[in-house]
Amino acid sequence: MEKFTTLTGIAAPLPMINVDTDKIIPAKWLKTIKRTGLGPALFEAIRYRQDGSEDPDFVLNKEPYRKAEILVTGENFGCGSSREHAVWALNGFGFRCVIAPDFADIFYSNAFKNGMLLIKLPQEEVDKLMEDAEKGENARLTVDLERQVVVRPDGEEIHFDIDPFRKHCLLEGLDDVALTLQKKEEIETFESGQKAATPWLYR
Amino acid sequence: MAAPKTLFDKIWDSHVVRRDEDGTCLLYIDRHMVHEVTSAQAFEGLRLSGRKVRRPDATLLVADHNVPTTDRGQPIADEDSRIQVETLEKNAAEFGLPYIPLTDARQGIVHIIGPEQGFTQPGMTIVCGDSHTATHGAFGALAFGVGTSEVEHVLATQTMIQKPAKNMRITVTGSPHHGVSAKDIILAIIGKIGTAGGTGHVIEYAGEAIQALSMEGRMTVCNMSIEGGARAGLVAPDETTIAYLKGRPMGPREDEWEAAVAYWRSLPSDEGATYDTEVSLSAADIEPLVTWGTSPEDVLPVTGAVPDPATARDEGKRRSMERALEYMGLEAGTRLTDIPIQTAFIGSCTNGRIEDLRAAAAIAKGRKVAEGVRALVVPGSGLVKKQAEDEGLDAVFLEAGFEWREAGCSMCLAMNPDKLAPGERSASTSNRNFEGRQGPGGRTHLMSPAMVAAAAIKGRISDVRDFD
Repeated sequence: MEKFTTLTGIAAPLPMINVDTDKIIPAKWLKTIKRTGLGPALFEAIRYRQDGSEDPDFVLNKEPYRKAEILVTGENFGCGSSREHAVWALNGFGFRCVIAPDFADIFYSNAFKNGMLLIKLPQEEVDKLMEDAEKGENARLTVDLERQVVVRPDGEEIHFDIDPFRKHCLLEGLDDVALTLQKKEEIETFESGQKAATPWLYR
Repeated sequence: MAAPKTLFDKIWDSHVVRRDEDGTCLLYIDRHMVHEVTSAQAFEGLRLSGRKVRRPDATLLVADHNVPTTDRGQPIADEDSRIQVETLEKNAAEFGLPYIPLTDARQGIVHIIGPEQGFTQPGMTIVCGDSHTATHGAFGALAFGVGTSEVEHVLATQTMIQKPAKNMRITVTGSPHHGVSAKDIILAIIGKIGTAGGTGHVIEYAGEAIQALSMEGRMTVCNMSIEGGARAGLVAPDETTIAYLKGRPMGPREDEWEAAVAYWRSLPSDEGATYDTEVSLSAADIEPLVTWGTSPEDVLPVTGAVPDPATARDEGKRRSMERALEYMGLEAGTRLTDIPIQTAFIGSCTNGRIEDLRAAAAIAKGRKVAEGVRALVVPGSGLVKKQAEDEGLDAVFLEAGFEWREAGCSMCLAMNPDKLAPGERSASTSNRNFEGRQGPGGRTHLMSPAMVAAAAIKGRISDVRDFD
């Protein structure tokens, strides 16, 4: 997994609530058997017009947001389906970080498994960053994961909380399957105990 | 004496392989269901790292999302869908995993066949790369949806890295009026707590109205936990659960049955167990419900009218209501029963079980689908289909003008050929009314199976209570 340490980049504003994973990536793109190539399909239904051309009013079709790496958005982002394709599509576009008041649970887990940092902040703080994100060429934020701060264009720092284990995995770019396989003996011990107590779980 | 525990606490505690100082747990997973859409990249990950599947005996593969619901004798016409299903078959063979093929009578939606086969049992931890895995919580199993990376993690290690969720109890007291089903109960709950109300929680559904439900009804309720933001929902196992599981092919063997039942009976929450969040509603207050917008929380009694965004609680919600009305092609103040529909869909992991088909057939019997309405019945599994045919329900539907299809996810998410055209409006028993969910530009109104049948017959959203 790619490490996440610090990131300075353009922040794009998406002031919508309850952005669901069907909106992030429609089901027809779920037929792929790869993780890559989904960037062009990100937000398809609101990014393109019916004839397939770009909707010039949609934020990611405008400069400088075509190269945005941080997304600032509303509450309950990523609700709905468990499709990790939503994260792959955001990643494919170039996003490495999403900032919102809160996120849906499954999307939240999926993002961190792909080296993407999700930052939860109180609505007032998100409102400030949303204003920053609306400043076009000046919509530049810095995210420092080690120090757990978002730095606004005017230099003000906003602190964020994050689970220490998730932080560690992102900073080090750890593959958690490899981490868990190091605990193989503990898993075996658990299995033999469980098999003795509830044998019908083993066929 | 040990502190009283909730059902969730009991299942969690009995599956912790290891607990780190910060509370992060390595949680053992008893059952893993795998479908074609979210697994190919996970198997590819195993292949690239030379890893095996740890518990093939605890893993079950089936294709459901992409599969056509018409002729099963032909190869799948859509190339990408066909490749995805073939990839699942190849992975089953390569990793030595149990797989239910498309031509097997047991094939169906993963969340319908798990319980049907007895693969789902009380007290288990269950995952699947699908957010509606919460369905299995109806059995008192801790079941949740995961992404593809977690699918790979579970295949390789049979565990997940997780922190415990918070406990929420939703008590539905009393008994519902005639015409009100399990679907209305869960829609009422989502309307009350909101689509993020259960975020970070596991919901235990309790109260007389829940206890009185059949297993099918409990599955409908637990299924939509995710639409209320919760990754998992639970109902305490009881005699209804035990009776359902008796004799299921993948359940405990006869010589293990008594021990299994004794264990299941130990699972319900202890007297005095506490919850982080408690919600209560009265079943008698619930009416047949319909969604008007593009979030499952946008729900109203069928007797209501499309709401006015001016009444929204805040600016964000007002904007989202305005957008929803524009997308849905609706105006504030329109009575819900004045909204015409072009398609009726009965099926999905929410409402594709035998009881759902019976409820819809009871309305359809002796009546005709309105002119210009396309009405589909898609059983949740081959076994549901067979049972319905044995009961003569297929004849009732066909006689009324419904199409009678093969099992699969179908128009719930429109990955197969069953989809809405732009602007087309459906009455649907599925679980999500998101923009584009049933096809780009499609407009979805969620409701119960009987309500969808009623809408199909009238050609507009209708109150099932008028059909008596």
